[in-house]
Amino acid sequence: MTTLDLSEFEVVYHRPDALVDITTHYCPGCTHGLIHRLIAEVIDELGIRERTLLVAPVGCAVFAYNYFNVDGCEAPHGRAPAMATGLKRIQPDKIVFTYQGDGDLAAIGTNEIIHAAGRGENLTVIFVNNATYGMTGGQMAPTSLAGQVTTSSPYGRNVDLVGQPMHVAELISTIAGAVYVVRRSVHDVANVNKTKAAIKTAFQVQMAGLGLSLVEVLSSCPTNWHMKPPEALCWIEDAMIPVFALGDYKVAEAVAPLTRRTRGER
Amino acid sequence: MAKELWKGNEAIAEAALRAGVEAYFGYPITPQTELLEYMAREMPKYPGRVFLQAESELAAVNMVYGAACGGARTMSSSSSPGISLMMEGLSYIAGTEVPAVLVDVMRGGPGLGNIQPSQSDYFQMTKSLGHGDYHALVLAPSTVQEAVDLTYESFSLAEKYRTVVVILADGAIGQMMEPVELPPWRETMSEAERPDWALRGAKDRKNRILTSLNLTPEGLEQTNLRLQARLAKVQSNEVRWEEDLTDDAELLLVAFGTTGRICKSALRAARRAGLKVGLLRPISLWPFPEQRLYQLAGQVQRILVVEMNAGQMLHDVREAVAGRAPVDFYGRTGGMVPLPDEVSEQIDRLMSLPASQPASLRHSTNHGDLGYGRPRQDVTEETCHDNS
Repeated sequence: MTTLDLSEFEVVYHRPDALVDITTHYCPGCTHGLIHRLIAEVIDELGIRERTLLVAPVGCAVFAYNYFNVDGCEAPHGRAPAMATGLKRIQPDKIVFTYQGDGDLAAIGTNEIIHAAGRGENLTVIFVNNATYGMTGGQMAPTSLAGQVTTSSPYGRNVDLVGQPMHVAELISTIAGAVYVVRRSVHDVANVNKTKAAIKTAFQVQMAGLGLSLVEVLSSCPTNWHMKPPEALCWIEDAMIPVFALGDYKVAEAVAPLTRRTRGER
Repeated sequence: MAKELWKGNEAIAEAALRAGVEAYFGYPITPQTELLEYMAREMPKYPGRVFLQAESELAAVNMVYGAACGGARTMSSSSSPGISLMMEGLSYIAGTEVPAVLVDVMRGGPGLGNIQPSQSDYFQMTKSLGHGDYHALVLAPSTVQEAVDLTYESFSLAEKYRTVVVILADGAIGQMMEPVELPPWRETMSEAERPDWALRGAKDRKNRILTSLNLTPEGLEQTNLRLQARLAKVQSNEVRWEEDLTDDAELLLVAFGTTGRICKSALRAARRAGLKVGLLRPISLWPFPEQRLYQLAGQVQRILVVEMNAGQMLHDVREAVAGRAPVDFYGRTGGMVPLPDEVSEQIDRLMSLPASQPASLRHSTNHGDLGYGRPRQDVTEETCHDNS
């Protein structure tokens, strides 16, 4: 039997330093964990773990502070941008990011995100849109699709009664203080890579002190969509993306150089 | 230092500046707006200090929450309707055990009410400051000088007990000008002075987490027991009150803040007329000076509670007195400020009654005439016995 000489090998895939080695509470097939990893990889690559602060939301990601190996706190529902404002204003040298779902950011917290953007707060916002309230068991969200059946829209979202889904990236992109606003998805590998690149840019925008950056990420919720994980990824592509078009909604002039990457860099 | 003439709201702001406040977040609302305006003008003069006008009181209190989690000496101020909006954040601040100072310059309610002085946030501040099992330390100044002194001290109290400290003033304190001696200047905290729980970046140490969430009932009970243990220390260390001529008093006035001061005028007039009247003015409303009040209730014949509300502190007085003396009430609401003469009328009426007469039989003399300030009938030892 020959012994493997590990010194001849290079570790090419490992848990990022910015993630705690712990089992998450996320449901099987949920893409929250994947998005956490992308953020953690970016934090590692930028070398900012020791000065990054997280503001977790109320929602499925309420325990995000247990998973990221950074100083973290937990905001009241929707108030993460206000809390992050307080943290960042007293420590402008820190990198502060919020991680918010669609109920948190697009329903109860619209005032806070709009005004954080309005002030041009130097914050990075990761907005995870899975078209439902996951934690409370799959109620209709502001981003639920027309006709989408949820526990609080059991006959399907009736747009005559409750309107069309909210388009957060489009909305925030109209605000001057928001300088980098994009929508991405994590339903396949190519899009996962694009999401990571956007998250990296979003953090670099904050490091450069340019203003608010927001990455909306279309994410799956197999449990509350009542789908198998692969079906849920297909639903993102087939049902969500036609409504929530992927793309760059705002790349301010000062931000544009940050989005140009060398070949091979994600 | 010589005394200077200061407006209440601005004096409170200056006291906070001198106490080393690092971050102020607020939203305009009468009658506290000068406090915010003063901060807007003064904070930018000191590098590293933060003033930010929030989009709402809801956002303001959460900015305070964030800055407090970052280990900053931080505060907000508002008036009654704005305070109602802050309840959510205050509960989270208490649950996370981070320090913060809040100034409430009370106005008339309910609803939008008006902008005149009131004391009708007593229940809200002392009993129900947001959801959950906790209390804030509530301090009620009766002069601009006292507002300055209490504000100056409030930050170290908040930090010592890792809790919310409320300066409960009213529109009269906020708006009037008085001679004030200001406290000495304190710098903001240095990095070395930051608390060992503050979110400053996980450099060369384990990452820190600040949250009010604990899904296990056993864990959350432990949090609550820790909070209660700390509040018990507040109760044994921080009870404050002022007494005036209580030694030989037959009638004890109990009033806080601006009404405490009005009662002092009435007390002086009563003494000039030879009436043995004393005053207990609670300064800490939570913790309430209940032991001292219990003692005094055993030596006076009657107690009169005066408030600018429909009878809120009255409940704490009754509980503390525990039936040892009849408790009467005189209050004005809706932003009406009682005149010393009104209190004097009540004093005269009560002092003219035979000592043995139960409180429940002597309530209606001027009720119909005045249409306000209805004295409350109260449970006395006698009536308790009658009913049992």
